[in-house]
Amino acid sequence: MSTTLPNAANRPDESVISTPPSKFDIVIDRGFRGLTGFFAWSTVSLVFFIVYEVGGKAMPAIKTHGLSFLTTQTWDLQNEQFGVLPEIWGTLYSSILALMIGGFFGISIAIFLTQDFLPRKVEWVFKNIVELLAAIPSVVYGLWGIFVVIPTLRPSAIWLHENLGWIPFFGTSLSGPGMLPAALVLAIMVLPTVSAISRDSLSNVPGKLKEAAVGLGATRWEAIFGVILPTAAKGIFGALVLGFGRALGETMALAMLVGNSNQMSISLFSPGNTLAALLANHFPEAGEKEEPVLMYAALVLLGITLLVNICGAFVLSHTTRRAAGGQK
Amino acid sequence: MQTRWYRLIASFALVAAVATGCSSSQSTGDGAANVKLQGSGASFPAPLYGRWFKEYSGATDGVKVDYQAKGSGGGIKDFIEHTVDFAASDAAMNDEEIAQVDVGVVLLPMTAGSVVLAYNLPELDKPLQLSREAYTGIFLGQVSSWDDESIAKTNEGVQLPSLPITVVRRADSSGTTFVFTNHISEISDDFRSGPGVGKSVNWPESDKFIAAPKNDGVTATIKQTPGAIGYIEFGFAEQAKLPMASLENKSGNFVAPSLENAKAALAAVEMPDDLRAWLPDPAGENAYPIVSYTWLLCYQKYEDPSKADALKDLVRWCLTEGQKSSAEMGYVPLPPNVVETITAKLENIQ
Repeated sequence: MSTTLPNAANRPDESVISTPPSKFDIVIDRGFRGLTGFFAWSTVSLVFFIVYEVGGKAMPAIKTHGLSFLTTQTWDLQNEQFGVLPEIWGTLYSSILALMIGGFFGISIAIFLTQDFLPRKVEWVFKNIVELLAAIPSVVYGLWGIFVVIPTLRPSAIWLHENLGWIPFFGTSLSGPGMLPAALVLAIMVLPTVSAISRDSLSNVPGKLKEAAVGLGATRWEAIFGVILPTAAKGIFGALVLGFGRALGETMALAMLVGNSNQMSISLFSPGNTLAALLANHFPEAGEKEEPVLMYAALVLLGITLLVNICGAFVLSHTTRRAAGGQK
Repeated sequence: MQTRWYRLIASFALVAAVATGCSSSQSTGDGAANVKLQGSGASFPAPLYGRWFKEYSGATDGVKVDYQAKGSGGGIKDFIEHTVDFAASDAAMNDEEIAQVDVGVVLLPMTAGSVVLAYNLPELDKPLQLSREAYTGIFLGQVSSWDDESIAKTNEGVQLPSLPITVVRRADSSGTTFVFTNHISEISDDFRSGPGVGKSVNWPESDKFIAAPKNDGVTATIKQTPGAIGYIEFGFAEQAKLPMASLENKSGNFVAPSLENAKAALAAVEMPDDLRAWLPDPAGENAYPIVSYTWLLCYQKYEDPSKADALKDLVRWCLTEGQKSSAEMGYVPLPPNVVETITAKLENIQ
């Protein structure tokens, strides 16, 4: 309601400010509160409704396949054998890889943009360009991955496999689509989320704190690593959790880049699959037999995302308490 | 008193913004004069259908045809659920699926196409010749290197690289997969008892089997991956200028995929009464071994007679005018006697 302020200030007599709210005001206020409350609650209930719907449709599959769905690795429509272990593995593996790469770069960018390394204007341009990455559609990332990332990776992947093949991460040769290209593209996709939120929390660190650290004789980098980063740690961790959630759910680019192969491997170069890609590829054509199974897989993905967020919230509250205790 | 008005207006503005956001914009069509046919299904004939429907809509006033290439399985599903006016499938429909449509089904072959094995070996200057043993071995994961004995045997004088074979398959359920596995199961017992026939089958698990969505996804992946081989529709391979292997047919000849050779395969097939003709392994000296009809799925009875008329007119146009552009797009025009049979069948649609 900030729009009312200039008008109120312009009035010669300011008696209006001190008048108690009339009945009309109260009705409007209550109505508005009710309205916002309604929309807030309907969003929450929508989440429950989605879980209910997906769960209901998945019920037949849950009954027939039970927990073995989570521990077996065939996907055979003809013989009605379904297991999503490779997809669970692929989802977590690709997201963790992406978060490691994207998180590192995202936080670096956030530090670079907030600690007066650049003139204000350049900072502004830089920040917007990084956030522009979020505006690129997933399919475009997928195509870019196929036509740019994979060919660029190929020579080094071949070299790594041939010379360091004994390390499990380079255990297979790169066929084209695979974990590493998928994770790299995913990393770029989570980068804007991680960097934007980390940047906000870093710029919210009180300037006095840094001044104090410098005053005590800390160098710029000591101040950044010793004072500013720990202070903003909570926000940065929140950024990483959000980025991880984004990586878990990403679909199209992964369906195009991960190779959609129903297998588990620790090798960075071997093809794999993720739950989201599985759903994207199979859902449009799923028949009666496959639909409940896919719903079950969707429920598993929902569960994983929920678990990550709960763990994130838990760690967050835990670290905050400790930090608060430390300050006393 | 002005403040409360501002508040009132602000809260109404919020409500209005939310309300307009929720209400979907419904376009009210004129109805009678405009017929809109909505279809979905196979991606294999999609480039051709896209052209046909565009040309037909352009030439005919008041009829608009929309086609969404979501794959054969998706088309059949939409068709059974009555969310479309017609559908398209490379695997026709099986009896079980037909039984689920209460108003009756008319299956009409519209064109035919070949499934080719396209590969990425830029160093070869001559097209590969693959024996039945070689290509079934490749797709069973048993032949894993390009300089394998079984491939070298039929390619004398060709310097085959010692490169691992990367097999590219479809990630989604697909009519192209059905046509391909139907053929390969016919000629290999191992394949039939292993992966089997279907729109999506359980391929061997290996680092060298990768999957991509849709015909164009497989095409792009083959194009980007040295040493790759995959099955795609002829038109897609031609558009992408990918080399295609000549395959050994039933008579033991190595036949390159081409329109003539696909026609030779179709010539050997007799059309049954329900127009579901399969060619898992066509006979004939020059018959290309992996050829299939692709079907348009129509209901026998339409609630709206103008829709039935428009659809019949559309099919008639595709069977006459449309066939002229088939060859140009890499599809096989239907033989005249088949066109006649289909035109007669068209009368079943009401």
